[in-house]
Amino acid sequence: MKRLLMLAASAAALCAAPALAQDMVVTNATLVIGDGTAPIEGGAVVVDDGKVVFAGLPTPGQAFATDVLIDAGGAWVTPGLFATVTTLGLADVSAVDESNDISADKSPFSAALDAATAINPTSENIKVHRAAGITRAATTTMPAGSIFAGQGAIIDLDGDARPVMQARAFQMIDLGEGGGRRAGGSRVAAYALLQAALREAQALSGQSGIPQTTAIARDNEVLLSRFDAEALVPVVTGRQKLYVAVDRAADIRAVLALKADYPRLAMVLVGATEGWLVADAIAAAGVPVIANGLTDLPETFEKLGATQSNAGRMARAGVTVAINAATLQNPRRLQQVAGNLVALTRMPGAAGLDWGQAFAAISSVPAAISGMGGKAGVLKPGALGDVVVWDGDPLEAGSVPTRVFIGGREQRLESHQSGLRDRYRDLDESDRPKAFDW
Amino acid sequence: MFSHARSRVRLGALAVLSSAVALGACATTGGSGDTASTRSADTAFAARTESEGVFPSTYKPYPNIATALTGATIYDGRGGTIENGTVFFSGAKIVAVGGPDTPIPADIAVFDGTGKFVTPGIIDIHSHLGDYPSPGVDAHSDGNEATAPTTPEVWAEHSVWPQDPGFSRALANGGITSLQILPGSANLMGGRSVTLKNVPARTVQGMKFPGAPYGMKMACGENPKRVYGGRGRAPSTRMGNFAVNRETWLAAIDYANDQASEKGAKRDLGKETLVGVLKGDILIHNHCYRADEMALVLDMAKEMGYKVSAFHHAVEAYKIGDLLKQNDVCAAVWADWYGFKMESYDGILENAAFLQREGACVVIHSDDQDDIQRLNQEAAKAQKAGLRLGINIPDAAVIGWITYNPAKAMGIEVMTGSLEPGKLADLVLWNGNPLSAYSRPEKVWIDGALMYDALNPKMRPVSDFELGQPGAGDVK
Repeated sequence: MKRLLMLAASAAALCAAPALAQDMVVTNATLVIGDGTAPIEGGAVVVDDGKVVFAGLPTPGQAFATDVLIDAGGAWVTPGLFATVTTLGLADVSAVDESNDISADKSPFSAALDAATAINPTSENIKVHRAAGITRAATTTMPAGSIFAGQGAIIDLDGDARPVMQARAFQMIDLGEGGGRRAGGSRVAAYALLQAALREAQALSGQSGIPQTTAIARDNEVLLSRFDAEALVPVVTGRQKLYVAVDRAADIRAVLALKADYPRLAMVLVGATEGWLVADAIAAAGVPVIANGLTDLPETFEKLGATQSNAGRMARAGVTVAINAATLQNPRRLQQVAGNLVALTRMPGAAGLDWGQAFAAISSVPAAISGMGGKAGVLKPGALGDVVVWDGDPLEAGSVPTRVFIGGREQRLESHQSGLRDRYRDLDESDRPKAFDW
Repeated sequence: MFSHARSRVRLGALAVLSSAVALGACATTGGSGDTASTRSADTAFAARTESEGVFPSTYKPYPNIATALTGATIYDGRGGTIENGTVFFSGAKIVAVGGPDTPIPADIAVFDGTGKFVTPGIIDIHSHLGDYPSPGVDAHSDGNEATAPTTPEVWAEHSVWPQDPGFSRALANGGITSLQILPGSANLMGGRSVTLKNVPARTVQGMKFPGAPYGMKMACGENPKRVYGGRGRAPSTRMGNFAVNRETWLAAIDYANDQASEKGAKRDLGKETLVGVLKGDILIHNHCYRADEMALVLDMAKEMGYKVSAFHHAVEAYKIGDLLKQNDVCAAVWADWYGFKMESYDGILENAAFLQREGACVVIHSDDQDDIQRLNQEAAKAQKAGLRLGINIPDAAVIGWITYNPAKAMGIEVMTGSLEPGKLADLVLWNGNPLSAYSRPEKVWIDGALMYDALNPKMRPVSDFELGQPGAGDVK
């Protein structure tokens, strides 16, 4: 039965506002909207039919009936985190080859690869990251035999039978050092392959030119098949986002220049370690960046200018910045990375993000880049009911959720890891071996 | 009993004499040095032995001024906390640590640490900086002599490139003042480690921690059997790993006994390292993920008569915290790495806290050029995982995971790792609680010399490699 709840108790308001049935109501929260604004003390979130209907400071007169009432007791309450770029659901153990669907260097296909075909919603990695407050993610195969990684999907992490929210949401290509090696040995070769592929896709889309249908191959290796070219049609027509992995400032400029020949490309930069050196150009092009958050070493010659201030400097120049999960030990570290970017605001000479911006860079901004603007990573009316209650400041090292809701439904937070945790709370085997402790 | 039996005369001029030009010079000057000119015809050639000093440290503390930090929260590295505390150091050593009434001389540098925190210099027990430096190009890949399953003869210091920019990032962002550079884990016995002071230097000798014992890297599990099994040679299984290890130890014991006997033994670099382990002079650092394998290693160590100082990457240590405590072995662990390989599948956030519950020695390590910049935060994550289960580990004890405990496992705890009078003045002034993502080192001192100051751009070390390149001298 629905229980009547007054957000701001007032007899008059109760009479004035007929109560509607709600999925859940969270009150007394340190509420984070996720859009870059500062947290709200005493905030409330109301989710109805799986969607947010209210989030903010309740005003007298608001009344709701609900099955699930959560008094957060001042705890932090946020939208679910949106992780990008990830491989969640595509591997059990990355070094165990049979369990790993992240890349396929022996496949004749590249751009045609579609991650949505192999997402495992009950993967331990999905469970572990759900328990870390990540409710949606962009997940993708990684480039192996060609510069084209394949088509990534937007997924939810609720573990049900339908993890894929949007299949083929984006194509990813590598145009840095790695892409050059995969294209045959140089960046020059990578650009030639890209130009050939885009021209072919344009022809297939009926815009200009004649489709050739012949594969681009090297020895026995196919760099681009007809199927791959077809898969690039939505890229050249701008219907599918093109994620471009680059780090060097010169490479970023070269990528931005592609817009001159292919104005419809909906590009997103991934990595962009030296983005701060060309931040004005990125901002002028209106291209968002999924940036490496804390990369500060010249790990390669394309990252000579690496600094943790990269994200902050790009944001200051007006670039839309999300934090890249792909270079982290695991995506659940996104919140710690965001916290570190806040720390930089206190360091002389450094550029960081304020708390609201930093949180947005792992929630609403990556969601919007993924085509989920207003739906995920944010608590606003009409958004998906992904609500996370935390045991501390969500950007502080070691904070974890106490409760996670996806689409208004409370999620189980158990996993292989929690099983081990519970079993080894003690080492007592005086009665029976640990195998009976579960 | 293991000492080198035969005494030999050293001939330092040998290399010079081997060139024709040098020979010519000898002819006109009548000799190239004392050793050559005094050598009699029947004297044997001999290399200098380790006990006579080889590749010795040339590090000397940089100039320092007597300094006091006042008003700060001090975590002393051994579990102690002092609120509104004072640390006074002078002449490279800590002189006094105490409360606000700690006497300090009038004419010294004083930094107000109000609202700030002081810890011992952070120590990473597991790093490959210098051996796998940035940029990580093939030409720089010097961390693993993966050409034989046991290579106790290699020394990590001979691969260290002191211009690795990673050293200064670890200093500035992580407050790292000492670190152990280990060979990689492809081999069962990967070779000697070296402990460094995290000071910029032109040579690795200029970084070597004076008086620090050597370590030897060993590795369990997947890596050795994969690397060598894949080449059709032993080991290709975990039982093969143990067989090759045990044969190697038996040979080392024979060698040690030959050395001690009348007949003596021909010098053998690998066996010299193994004998150093048997004598307790060289500490074993054993890469080992699985609990069952750690238990087997402990028995192998008993069989052969050596001690394991620390298991590294011990993701399953929480399953045998009692055993590790009994054997007085440290477990060096990550906070949250898991699932990237089969033997890391059982990694859990509570590993460190469960070890602490058993009273075992916990070390948080990096094995990573990025995580070494945030060992403080990694420790905080592990602390909080315990707290959620009711295991309340005070901040000061957690700081011990990245200061005193690694120092102990590396055999340098009498010199560094805690803030105590007489110890080296390796310390970090943090701009907030170090167990927070929002805090950073503000100043770092090594042997009392200020080596990093976040408030002074000229106090950012810039390696040779970075000079003149994009971002040289930038905040990192």
